[in-house]
Amino acid sequence: MSESSDLLDETDRRIIVATQGGLPLVAEPYGAVADELGLDVDDVMARMQRMLDGGLIRRIGAVPNHYALGYRANGMSVWDVPDEDISEIGKMVGDLDFVSHCYHRPRHLPYWSYNLFAMVHGRDRDEVSDKVERIAKLMGIKDRRHEILYSHRILKKTGLRFTA
Amino acid sequence: MTEKHPLDEIDRRIINGLQGGFPICSSPYAAVAHDMGLAEDDLLRRLQRLRTDGLLSRFGPMYHAEKLGGALTLAAISVPEDRYDAVAEQVNAHAEVAHNYAREHQLNMWFVLATEQLSRIDEVIAEIEAETGLKVYNMPKKEEFFIGLRFEA
Repeated sequence: MSESSDLLDETDRRIIVATQGGLPLVAEPYGAVADELGLDVDDVMARMQRMLDGGLIRRIGAVPNHYALGYRANGMSVWDVPDEDISEIGKMVGDLDFVSHCYHRPRHLPYWSYNLFAMVHGRDRDEVSDKVERIAKLMGIKDRRHEILYSHRILKKTGLRFTA
Repeated sequence: MTEKHPLDEIDRRIINGLQGGFPICSSPYAAVAHDMGLAEDDLLRRLQRLRTDGLLSRFGPMYHAEKLGGALTLAAISVPEDRYDAVAEQVNAHAEVAHNYAREHQLNMWFVLATEQLSRIDEVIAEIEAETGLKVYNMPKKEEFFIGLRFEA
């Protein structure tokens, strides 16, 4: 958990705080970040490259607002699959281009028997349920039971923010 | 969807093609624009507009919360309907609650906790249980099969 973060120094953390909200939309964005922090641009780029290579940066690019793009329906599909098969099944489901997040999570028996979560987005609920049926077909008999939990209200949404 | 600026073909190519792989070099927008057959200032103008119109929530690096030393979990509560709004207020009052969604299920409130220290997750859950008198089901991820977040514009 803290193995990676222990490798971050104060300068890395300042770069994270300066860029977590986005890169400047100017011709030389890393140069602009460097100027803002009083750092050398080559140092900023080398540090960000190291964080990208180490997985501290998942990726760099556009983060679309799926709701604004017309993906109004959001269904959290939850699945009860055999524990011994979950890594294989999880990878298969995570590979689908319409699944945005896929996680193995603990069951809470007997109340909650689902151990695999896959977030499915669609323009409407029919599209979401069609996609979930495609997942069910892929899983075959490994799908012991599943449900779709549709969201109908956002009660809170703030971005994750780190402080240096 | 914004009505002011309908998306054209180039906007769609930008949204679909730039969800990762943005380079780290001194003039990255020029490099990307070149690959897409666009002028650099056209790409920058379009990204600015897509951000202003809210079609992109962000453009830049996406950091890995846990690798930065933070902790995340997903938790759920079964809230009686007549107390729903009051419980939502109690839950949302915690700064550690990053997202909270109402979902159609017996477990009808689902929220993400984000803390700087792992130990803080259990503390916040205990606080919410004490304040609401309701059981919080903690469902931290055991394994992630996240490959890509791809939305077609």
